[in-house]
Amino acid sequence: MAVVRGERVVFAGLSFRVAPGEALLLTGPNGAGKSTLLRALAGLVPLAEGEMLWAGEDALAEPAEHAARLRYLAHAEALKPSLTVAENLRFWASRWGGDIGAALEAVALAPLAELPARMLSAGQKRRLALARLALAPCALWLLDEPSVGLDTASVARFGDLLARHRAAGGAVLAATHVPLPLPGARELRLEPAA
Amino acid sequence: MIALLRRELLLAARHPADTLAAVLFFLLVTALFPFGVGPSPEALARLAPGALLAAALLAALLPLDRLFGAEAEDGSLDQLLLSGLSGMQITTVKAAGHWLTTGAPLLMATPVAGAMLNLPVEAWGVAVLALGLATLFLSFVGTAGAALTLGARRGGVLLPLLVLPLAIPAIIFGAAGIEAAASGLPARPFLLLLGALVAAALPLAPLAAGAALRTD
Repeated sequence: MAVVRGERVVFAGLSFRVAPGEALLLTGPNGAGKSTLLRALAGLVPLAEGEMLWAGEDALAEPAEHAARLRYLAHAEALKPSLTVAENLRFWASRWGGDIGAALEAVALAPLAELPARMLSAGQKRRLALARLALAPCALWLLDEPSVGLDTASVARFGDLLARHRAAGGAVLAATHVPLPLPGARELRLEPAA
Repeated sequence: MIALLRRELLLAARHPADTLAAVLFFLLVTALFPFGVGPSPEALARLAPGALLAAALLAALLPLDRLFGAEAEDGSLDQLLLSGLSGMQITTVKAAGHWLTTGAPLLMATPVAGAMLNLPVEAWGVAVLALGLATLFLSFVGTAGAALTLGARRGGVLLPLLVLPLAIPAIIFGAAGIEAAASGLPARPFLLLLGALVAAALPLAPLAAGAALRTD
């Protein structure tokens, strides 16, 4: 597949597959198109060329169906500073199901549930964004540098989340510059298009 | 969709200054007319219907450029598009939320604004109805405009240029309705025409807005 943004080819001639429970690390220098690839896989950026198949069928034939089987963790945390930690999760819990308390427990934010999100530190905001992943199981996680700002203990907890997700048959695609707690992950290296 | 609307209203409740700003803007603009036109009650009453509508639509326009802008900046828009709701559902909720937090509060200020413009008391009820329908129309058309101008440089300037010309029919029918009520004539035909505008915007504007969000 290939993606074109403006006049620029971000990447082209890319082909890969990911099996349930598998993890694929996207690596490469800044500007190689890691984030764009994740956005394209989420269906947020149109493919200029090629196709994306889900179990042999066009993944984007039903955008809502595709959206329902994936979680996308972007650089932006998508948090509302004026809402409390728990309120930030409420809408997503209503969409996907899942227990807010358990999700906050998984990222060790439960004691801060009633605090407005603007009071959180950068690392805590990241953990709150990760809590969205912990809400309900789904088939595919698209993670854009998920461990930025996390302390060692949080990375370990994040590793537990990832292990549980993969044990349940979930696939992970993660763009990263640092090692992630993903044992047995394959690596896909992107090079900037000329 | 209900959950998304609840989130919109909760966010608005946490930022009451935004709603208050629109209401105060509406009152201040109508308060400028007596100063500009002079203290002649007849001249003011003649101007009142048009001035009320123009002021209300401008006030409702104020928060529109942040409607999707704020969501796009903090990454929420991407997440909303992946929430399983269609673009049309998201924009319908956004438009409804905009009306509930901006248009509806303006209605409560309408009697005050009407009094400042010497609008006959008999016409207040029709004025509230006309403003309610006109701002509802603007919320939906404006949501489409906000989705289209999202990401455009100077989107905040582009938005009124795009939306205000479309609001002209709402001004014409709304003002004609209030004027009819003020002079003791039936306002019903004008309000029905205004209602027809709203009925057309209700499905069409979210359709356009949803498509614009998807292809951004």
